[in-house]
Amino acid sequence: MAVGAFLLTVFAVVPWLIHVSGRWDFYYTLTSVALLSIASGGVWLTFYIGRINIGQGAFALAGGYVSAILVTKYGFSFWVTIPLSGLFCALLAVLIGLPILRLRGVYFAMITLVLTEVARLAALALPITNGARGISSIPLPGELSIFGLTIIPDFSTIGNVKLAFYYLATVLMVVSFAGLYRLVNSRVGHLCRSLQQNEELASSIGVNIAYLRVIAFAISSFLGGISGAIFVAISRSIYPASFPVKDSVDFMLNCFLGGLGYVFGPMLGTLMIYFGWDLLFTTGRFQLLIYSAILIMLIVTLPNGILSLPLFNKREADK
Amino acid sequence: MTALLEINGLTKKFGGLTAVGDASFKVNDKEILSVIGPNGAGKSTLFKLISSFLRPTHGEVRFNGERISGLAPHIVARKGVVRTFQETTIFKDMTARQNVVVAHHLQSKASLLGHYAGTLTARRDEIDFHESAAEILEYLGLGHVQNEVARNLPHGYLRALGIAIGLAAKPQVLLLDEPFAGMNHDETMKAVEMVRGVRDRGITILLVEHDMKAVMKISDRIVVLNFGQMIAEGTPAEIQSNERVIEAYLGREDQEIGI
Repeated sequence: MAVGAFLLTVFAVVPWLIHVSGRWDFYYTLTSVALLSIASGGVWLTFYIGRINIGQGAFALAGGYVSAILVTKYGFSFWVTIPLSGLFCALLAVLIGLPILRLRGVYFAMITLVLTEVARLAALALPITNGARGISSIPLPGELSIFGLTIIPDFSTIGNVKLAFYYLATVLMVVSFAGLYRLVNSRVGHLCRSLQQNEELASSIGVNIAYLRVIAFAISSFLGGISGAIFVAISRSIYPASFPVKDSVDFMLNCFLGGLGYVFGPMLGTLMIYFGWDLLFTTGRFQLLIYSAILIMLIVTLPNGILSLPLFNKREADK
Repeated sequence: MTALLEINGLTKKFGGLTAVGDASFKVNDKEILSVIGPNGAGKSTLFKLISSFLRPTHGEVRFNGERISGLAPHIVARKGVVRTFQETTIFKDMTARQNVVVAHHLQSKASLLGHYAGTLTARRDEIDFHESAAEILEYLGLGHVQNEVARNLPHGYLRALGIAIGLAAKPQVLLLDEPFAGMNHDETMKAVEMVRGVRDRGITILLVEHDMKAVMKISDRIVVLNFGQMIAEGTPAEIQSNERVIEAYLGREDQEIGI
């Protein structure tokens, strides 16, 4: 029921409302929310194995660059680069994760925080990323066809590109979260929880904790990578500063705000943080102050996130 | 009797301190062997060495003739040597039943991917695990609290739950780390019965313990450590009359033995 209502809202009600009200700019906003929540969903999974991940910006940046370079320099179709950028980030996560996932708590968090900065500096320094000038005038996604059957038309021939990107982002968001939901409710998720609660005990019952940690981190980075790739396709450019440390921190905050115990927490958290910030725009120079105060208050009063409110849990019981 | 677990010249040094020095003994199939010794005698270190949570400086542990020291803990568990933890190390935010179900990991026939996809094998696994968990919980007297979140359970139950988690891994050898610590007389006697019951399921038990009364009652054989050195090995009766043991350990605390 709730799932159906959600899908209907995302795929029909929202476009209709935007159509009626004529607020076309909302497409861009909501597309961003969808993409950011995919990346946040990844961060949420690292929380689920008991690691604080403030490095998702690095993987979004890496994914964005992989897609941009493959499209502009090697003539790949954008559609192929989505999974490729995700896989590249997953591989990167395995390489980085093997040593650093041994760390816990604040130590892991600090290393991941550094990753974001390392990614930015690497993008500045590497020849293939074109330094500070970045990569711009990336073409719009082309046609996606299988055996001559057009599945997605060339974006440059679509009248309403914003709507097309909106659908792309929301479909991916729904698929990603469905995947995460399945993971959390399968034995894999239970093992992740056992890891979060006590790694030594988990290994004493025969769980290969190093392997499971790396898998979770790779999935997380995969999601970061694909969201970065689509961001790049929308803005049609990427620079080393496209995903700064603030984004990495936001990905983490989205999870906190929505609720670390709930798989759909990062989705709600992203929506609230994104719109909360925008709505406070009218308060002018007090924007940051009020925004931060509200965030602190929410985290103090609702340590388990917004989804821990009885309102939501009743609904869950109804399902 | 055949030796299931062989400890050969096991030594662990932390810097200049020898926590365990040249310990050698054998654990026979389906016996209950206790390791005792005063505080700081190296019991816990020995325990971690056997379960491979620590690497020995010298020496080795053999299980079924195969060297297991140096392997990762989860591999040792897979081979059949499973440890429990001191105090209350459990999955606190899961229910008692979830704790035991998740601990069936090693019995899983389906791969992780199979579990993700929800294949037939994976679903059959889940059903088996729930049945087996229910049986284990019932056996250890936890049946009526199986749906409680573990962090809300009283102390005695947590200890039993820790053993239930170990049992779920279907070990050949179960290592119990101070299973009777902090228990009163009645609780200890109950726990002794429980541990005997576990052995009667065909599981060899090696336990590290402080509680002398319980150890004397439960053990087939006892190994005594003092300052990292093994000073005696034998049946409870032999240990009680062993001069060196009395000197090192029992002599000071003979009231505690109560014999």
